[in-house]
Amino acid sequence: MLNPLSLLALIGRAVLAACRQIGALTLFALEALSHLVRAPFYPRMFARAFVEIAYFSLPVVALTAVFTGMVLALQSYSGFSRFGAESAIANVVVLSITRELGPVLAGLMVAGRIGAAFAAEIGTMRVTDQIDALTTLSTNPMKYLVAPRLLAGTLAMPLLVVVADVLGVMGGWIIGTTQLGFSSASYLTNTVNFVQFEDVFSGLVKAAVFGFVITLMGCWSGYTSRGGAQGVGAATTTAVVSSSILILALDYVVTAMFFG
Amino acid sequence: MSTTPPPKIRLRGLCKRFGDKMVLDGVDLDVQPGQGMVILGGSGSGKSVTIKCILGLIQPDSGSIEIDGQNVLAMGRREREALLDRTGMLFQNAALFDSLPVWENVCFKLLAQKRISRAQARDRAAEVLAQVGLAASVGDLPPNELSGGMQKRVGLARAIAASPDIIFFDEPTTGLDPIMGAVIDGLIVDVVQRLGATAVSITHDMASARRIGETAAMIHKGRIVWTGPAAALGETGNAMVDQFARGEREGPIQMELRK
Ligand SMILES: Nc1ncnc2c1ncn2[C@@H]1O[C@H](COP(=O)(O)OP(=O)(O)OP(=O)(O)O)[C@@H](O)[C@H]1O
Ligand SMILES: [Mg+2]
Repeated sequence: MLNPLSLLALIGRAVLAACRQIGALTLFALEALSHLVRAPFYPRMFARAFVEIAYFSLPVVALTAVFTGMVLALQSYSGFSRFGAESAIANVVVLSITRELGPVLAGLMVAGRIGAAFAAEIGTMRVTDQIDALTTLSTNPMKYLVAPRLLAGTLAMPLLVVVADVLGVMGGWIIGTTQLGFSSASYLTNTVNFVQFEDVFSGLVKAAVFGFVITLMGCWSGYTSRGGAQGVGAATTTAVVSSSILILALDYVVTAMFFG
Repeated sequence: MSTTPPPKIRLRGLCKRFGDKMVLDGVDLDVQPGQGMVILGGSGSGKSVTIKCILGLIQPDSGSIEIDGQNVLAMGRREREALLDRTGMLFQNAALFDSLPVWENVCFKLLAQKRISRAQARDRAAEVLAQVGLAASVGDLPPNELSGGMQKRVGLARAIAASPDIIFFDEPTTGLDPIMGAVIDGLIVDVVQRLGATAVSITHDMASARRIGETAAMIHKGRIVWTGPAAALGETGNAMVDQFARGEREGPIQMELRK
């Protein structure tokens, strides 16, 4: 039988470990941010990360957005036609995409691609002494590896989400005009008249937050990985799982801030 | 007041434990300026850890590290970085940046500090690569297309490219054929003389130790157990060192094969 005290001790240890992790992560993030305002800067590293995130994630994000828009149109048609409210479909599509689905789905896609890639790359550098080698070559690894990636993630995600918004609406429009009998002009008028600046803006703020979180978790789990190939594998998993959960949690927080 | 300069590197009572494993247990070591020092010791005796402590890559638990008479551990980050700016290091596994071609690896520090342009860096890299016996065309390859020995030589080139005045070599000739080993040893002696640098090398190879070191130190169970001239290795009169230098199974050092 488990003694209730030892159960408490177990919980206590877990909570303490979690606090330590959160503290370490916060310090890591603050140090990385402090390097963004102190020279030297590494624009090449920034450019590389930016292209990797923004350009090479385009196909996945674009496909996700188009299909999501199409499904939204189809689903809301089958639901709304019961109330004779088919005309609201364009509105539902644009609102869901810009406020929620664009940023969240793009975030999850990028978390899978970039979070994993960064964790694996930086983790491998850690276990093969490349990070130590940077230090011996008078280059601060936080400044060289982490800071440019965080900045790139925070700036690239909003761009990706703009693309996702446009393509998501387009997906809805395709279904609306080809299958649901809308005229192209009335679908687009409905969309443009209905959507407000705040809808799009809140989505872009979310995107920036998600971009920061994805790159932070990727860099952090790679940077702190230990113990060879297995350690790098674990770091990759941690990066993807933790950033996906954080995306969903922070999605709620930002939504509550804007519309709560 | 004495006029003798302080040792280039002075370690006193350096201790480091990982978990409950005491790796360094009071290391004392002096390295004189311009000297070639070789550190010997069994696998896992803490040679690499000692060097990493000096370079600030591992924080020791206690003890002091002085470079040019200044206590490194008491310094602020900026001062420490400035001091370590004059050091170079060849890692045991070369630790080349696999996302960069060889020439950018070699000139990494010069480029990062904007001391040369990218165009100049290619020429400079070719020059340094030639010194370690590699063709200029190697410069365009990614590190993962090189053999282990070539990676070692590129690592060596990277360590010396910025003309440091203290250089650490962690097993510079392990994994090289005997001839290339001798060539690299010659190169190390050469570079150290030309730069007037102080060199601290780790090696398991006695021939190599005699070639690159004037002084040798043996580390065992976390302490320096012997220091003396490298030329005498093998007949030092210290049973432990002699056993190690001659590679004998019987002697005061018992390999712990079972635990
Ligand atoms: N980062 C670390 N975390 C935990 N233990 C470590 C770490 N680095 C080294 N050790 C331990 O310290 C001991 C000494 O390691 P070190 O790399 O200094 O050995 P070494 O003398 O260089 O051996 P070799 O000749 O095989 O390279 C080893 O037992 C190793 O397990
Ligand atoms: Mg070693």
